[in-house]
Amino acid sequence: MIAELGHFALILAFCLALPQAFFGLVGAAYNKTHWMDASTKAATGQFVFAAMAFACLAYAFYVNDFSVLYVAQNSNSALPTFYRFAAVWGAHEGSLLLWLLAQALWTLSVVAFSRSLPQVITSRVVGVLGVISAGFALFILTTSNPFERLWPAATDGRDLNPLLQDPALALHPPMLYIGYVGMSVPFAFAVAAMLAGKLDSLWARWVRPWATIAWMFLTIGIALGSWWAYYELGWGGWWFWDPVENASFMPWLIGTALIHSLAVTEKRGLFKSWTLLLSITAFSLSLLGTFLVRSGVIESVHAFASDPSRGLFILVFLGLCIGTALGLYGWRAQHFTSQAGFALVSRESFLLFNNILLVVATVLILLGTLYPMFVDALGLGKISVGAPWFNVAFLIPMLPLAFLLAPGMHASWKRASFGRTKRLLIALLVLALLLGTTIPIAVYGWRSVLSSVGIVVALWIAFASLIEPIDRLRKGHSLSASVLGMSLAHFGLALFILGATVVESYKKEADISLAPGQSAEHAGFVFTMNELRNVEGPNYRAVEAEIVVTRDGQQVAVVYPQKRVYRVQQNPMTEAGIDGTWNRDLFVAMGDPLGEGAWSLRLQYKPMVRFIWLGAFITALGGLVAACDRRYRQRVAAEATQPVAADAKPA
Amino acid sequence: MWRYLIPAGVFAVLVGFFVVGLHTDKQTLPSPLIGKPAPRFELPRLEDPTELVSSEQFAGRKYLVNVWGPWCEGCQQEHPALLEIARRGQIPIVGLTVPQGALADLQGNPLPLEQVLSEIQLGLRWLSELGNPYDICLFDQMWKVAIDFGVYGAPETFLIDERGFVVHKHTGPLTIADWERDFVPKLGREGGVDG
Repeated sequence: MIAELGHFALILAFCLALPQAFFGLVGAAYNKTHWMDASTKAATGQFVFAAMAFACLAYAFYVNDFSVLYVAQNSNSALPTFYRFAAVWGAHEGSLLLWLLAQALWTLSVVAFSRSLPQVITSRVVGVLGVISAGFALFILTTSNPFERLWPAATDGRDLNPLLQDPALALHPPMLYIGYVGMSVPFAFAVAAMLAGKLDSLWARWVRPWATIAWMFLTIGIALGSWWAYYELGWGGWWFWDPVENASFMPWLIGTALIHSLAVTEKRGLFKSWTLLLSITAFSLSLLGTFLVRSGVIESVHAFASDPSRGLFILVFLGLCIGTALGLYGWRAQHFTSQAGFALVSRESFLLFNNILLVVATVLILLGTLYPMFVDALGLGKISVGAPWFNVAFLIPMLPLAFLLAPGMHASWKRASFGRTKRLLIALLVLALLLGTTIPIAVYGWRSVLSSVGIVVALWIAFASLIEPIDRLRKGHSLSASVLGMSLAHFGLALFILGATVVESYKKEADISLAPGQSAEHAGFVFTMNELRNVEGPNYRAVEAEIVVTRDGQQVAVVYPQKRVYRVQQNPMTEAGIDGTWNRDLFVAMGDPLGEGAWSLRLQYKPMVRFIWLGAFITALGGLVAACDRRYRQRVAAEATQPVAADAKPA
Repeated sequence: MWRYLIPAGVFAVLVGFFVVGLHTDKQTLPSPLIGKPAPRFELPRLEDPTELVSSEQFAGRKYLVNVWGPWCEGCQQEHPALLEIARRGQIPIVGLTVPQGALADLQGNPLPLEQVLSEIQLGLRWLSELGNPYDICLFDQMWKVAIDFGVYGAPETFLIDERGFVVHKHTGPLTIADWERDFVPKLGREGGVDG
């Protein structure tokens, strides 16, 4: 009964997305206030029913209703309650429902926070979002219904994929989807601006907080996924250039370019058509990622379950959405040219380079991800592009980007002048050079020029991002949320570069064999296996090793790596034993039993690995702070009164 | 101002590749076993696990090896096709029945037979409910033989010739169209007659 209610709510959500799209777009075109009002009301209703459908599916999981096929496939009566909720988005059908709910939530937020905007603009935005919602709702209803019944009902479920039974991974998909879907708001604003044929710096100010918040969620989602891969997959890597990871990283890179390009459009009225193109591209890449991951075009050997009809639906939908937007762009973009110029060394030109380099990085990743498909489609064989290619290809645009960051942050708009900060920046670079070469070499030893370069540039960015906050605080000036957010985000990026460089340069890995009572030395630490014991979890059994780590006879840590076998799905999982401090992780993962109580173990020493995720979260926090800047609310309200008056609402 | 249409053009090319990509067969990974001798095996019969069957028994004949398990959705999908192939009687079909994961304890030793009996019964129930296309079914508790064959997942189907060489491999659910296109031409003289 509840499942049918959910299905019905989903149908209603689809039915309301249609008038939301129609009245929003047509009402704005003919300037009919009542139609535009109807559109926002439909959007509210669409949210209510999408939330209801989601709640029904969550309830079916909560009460273990194994007469629902999706529940039977992805849950089990022994699954802990928390993971039963996480299982709602644990597979294709439910994750699409989450996508739809996120879409409705963003739409509702646009309606709620855009009251000061001209109604024609809001209405077009809500209308475009309605088209996207309708497409996704139809996709779920026709190819991926999560409420399908299973008759006769299963006595118990097949359980959630054990890899997903983890707190970080339970939160990773919602964050990522909210980010993906959030990119539809700048997209909708871009389409609205092209339909209206008008784009000014006010438009950029409306879009900026939305783009920044969506980007923040993407940042958190990607960081959580990376953290999870690090401790759950058992290899101790934090990024694998897997097509699924790339699918989330590409919208992030374009999103990063977008929030920088929006700054230029807002402050100087430049880069207008470029900003439009980035707004379209960021969301296009989100959709593209969905297509790649779910259609089976990219994944090869594990694609048995993927359904070609799903791939075809997303492809048609993707073609319509993006094709229309790009067509509109080709037709209208020429109206958005700007006359003003800027000097070769100015903040504009730094941000231009930032954009070019980020786009180049995205194109390289896209090529690497799609290259196997191109080759296969042309009948030239089957190949794969590995991490080494991506590492090099990504570094080529990123190195200059990192070096341009510190001066870019402090360059003035328009003019070729750094003012007093020029000498300070050079002094900080010298300081970074001194510290960045001497300290790592003293602590870890010499590795390579590239690792020193990475550390130096990270320190330079970190120092440079502190100049402005410290300067303003010392002089007693107030610090705007925009400046604080930007400084935080760049500081976080510096920590990330530092962590990534140090861990990749100085990590130490060893595969050894240990039996209880034996010990092994690795990276200056002695790892002793005290005992092996059997552990019973709620839905798994496991072998757990107790491993004591000592250094110079002093006990440093005790870690408990596990090898788990989940009862239903029977596949073995590795739970790494990790001891983490701020400057290093000791990582122990169990491999295979070697007989007579001995196990193969992978020991890893990971210096400064936590800076990777710490940096990412600080960067995300910077985005949040910047989006909270008062001028997005106050001045929007003040300045928006003029165009509203000019548009002269008939009501 | 045609240059603003460049993004749309690039996108159109991408979509073209995706359309082709959707229709190219992702599942035929070339198997390194093609043209090489098939792995030898000795496994218990599903119907009677006390009886061991060895690959020697099939020497000198063409036969199919079909990897399946009662947990596998793709196997259910291809089942009617297998029944049809069995009805035509062109070639004996050997079922290699695999559990969802190796049935082993945490030390990697195989679980005793009493404990895996329920798995065997699941397989037998599937055959009695959906029909049995197999001339013989072998139970591969530890995926040992499946791994020797380089199996990624079920279902996979191998054609083995009189010399014991692997002639063709099909990954994923088999359809009658696949069968007639990829297998029938390789069956040779005695296989050419339908029904």
